[in-house]
Amino acid sequence: MLINHPILGPRDAGEFVYKGDASLIRRPDWQADDAVAQFIDYGYLRDNPAGLHRELWFHEQGDRSWLVVTRDTTTHEITKVELARDVARAEGRSK
Amino acid sequence: MHYSGFKVIKEALTGHRGWGPAWRDATPKAQYDYVIIGGGGHGLATAYYLAKEFKQARIAVVEKGWIGGGNVGRNTTIIRSNYLLDGNEPFYEFSLQLWENLEQELNYNAMVSQRGILNLIHSDAQRDAFIRRGNAMILNGAGAELLSTEQIVARYPFLNVNNARFPIKGGLAQHRGGTVRHDAVAWGYARAADRHGVDIIQNCEVTGFRIENGACTGVETSRGFIGAKKVAACVAGSSSRLMEKAGMRLPIESHVLQAFVSEGLKPLLPGVITFGAGHFYCSQSDKGGLVFGGDIDGYNSYAQRGNLPVVEDVCEGGMAIFPNLGRARLLRMWGGIMDMSMDGSPIIDRTHVDGLYFNGGWCYGGFKATPASGFAYAHLLATDTPHKTATAYRFDRFATGHMIDEKGMGNQPNLH
Repeated sequence: MLINHPILGPRDAGEFVYKGDASLIRRPDWQADDAVAQFIDYGYLRDNPAGLHRELWFHEQGDRSWLVVTRDTTTHEITKVELARDVARAEGRSK
Repeated sequence: MHYSGFKVIKEALTGHRGWGPAWRDATPKAQYDYVIIGGGGHGLATAYYLAKEFKQARIAVVEKGWIGGGNVGRNTTIIRSNYLLDGNEPFYEFSLQLWENLEQELNYNAMVSQRGILNLIHSDAQRDAFIRRGNAMILNGAGAELLSTEQIVARYPFLNVNNARFPIKGGLAQHRGGTVRHDAVAWGYARAADRHGVDIIQNCEVTGFRIENGACTGVETSRGFIGAKKVAACVAGSSSRLMEKAGMRLPIESHVLQAFVSEGLKPLLPGVITFGAGHFYCSQSDKGGLVFGGDIDGYNSYAQRGNLPVVEDVCEGGMAIFPNLGRARLLRMWGGIMDMSMDGSPIIDRTHVDGLYFNGGWCYGGFKATPASGFAYAHLLATDTPHKTATAYRFDRFATGHMIDEKGMGNQPNLH
């Protein structure tokens, strides 16, 4: 698989480490009343679709950036690659 | 029809006209006591033990494809009970004991071959860990033997014991481990379940659950609604897709694991060897092909085929430890989809919906677990209490902190 890195261009997937479901960007609020239940969900439950999946890849053998890759889990086709930083900021995180 | 030597001779003399199908191709009835979703090894074993051991009736197994067409026909056929942790080892030892009597139990030649399994050791730290594991196995009655390099060379003279990175310093053997013909497991359980009155319904895909007032009353399928008092999901690999229809998110990711078979060779490899440090394991089938595999590809996949970097990695691992493998040509390779759970261990439990039960999360260890998984799941379905060897396989273990993490990798499914 080739991952079309937004900064570096097409890179071999072997340079990356796979983390999983991109919803891991959204860490729960530790001060919420139901923080324990939220963190159990966050830590252990996953969306696991057959089809388009947004997932985190870490460019360990490259520029060490985190990417959000949109990939079809039934064909391995990658349709979108974003910097995780941009995705998180667009959601209002880490200003 | 009972299979026997006498029957083989009789059929040979009469033109093989009396065999008949091994099981009925059932059409769905409107209502059952138990509907088991998934006609793989685990689902068929569950149906068989429900009928045979727990004396239940009105059981159906619904299968999207055909019997033997799923993961039960896509694995590398190894059986063993060489686990460390209390939550696992009694369960897998129970499974191995069931394997040892499987053919007599099912009246079916499943080619159970206890040729032994050997885990290779390359360092002092690994030897310490394997001694500890071996002691856990002995305490659970599974048996284990620590072998020296000389003992390994005597049995496997072709192994490269002087690899610069991973020299072989010994091994942990379980002589009762081995291989079983995987298709025959599916066919044997299907035939035996059918003989106990179980309806095996093929080409019947479950499209949804009917849930009324928090209780499951049946399944919607491609062949119409089938009512059931208890519905048992048993579709490891596709568990998340199925349980999503009941509104559940699971502690599971689906990953692809590749397996490989070489061309047929004369007898070379007498047992099963695993080279964990190099991500390679291998056995030789009775047809002569070397059956081997390694790591999962490492990213969520439902594709049933992997990518080339892992092919290269597995073959490099094989060449490092088993150099004459390089003279054999690779005949076939394929991928199977597995439930990779958050701690590397399975789940056999009730769900939040009354009458809906779950069995899955087998990672890449599902085949060896087939008999015990079926037995324990049947126990849960029939009695609503977990079997004594499967009490740890609960959904809530992640919330309560009782993970069964053999490798200590944490909640990262692709590392288990």
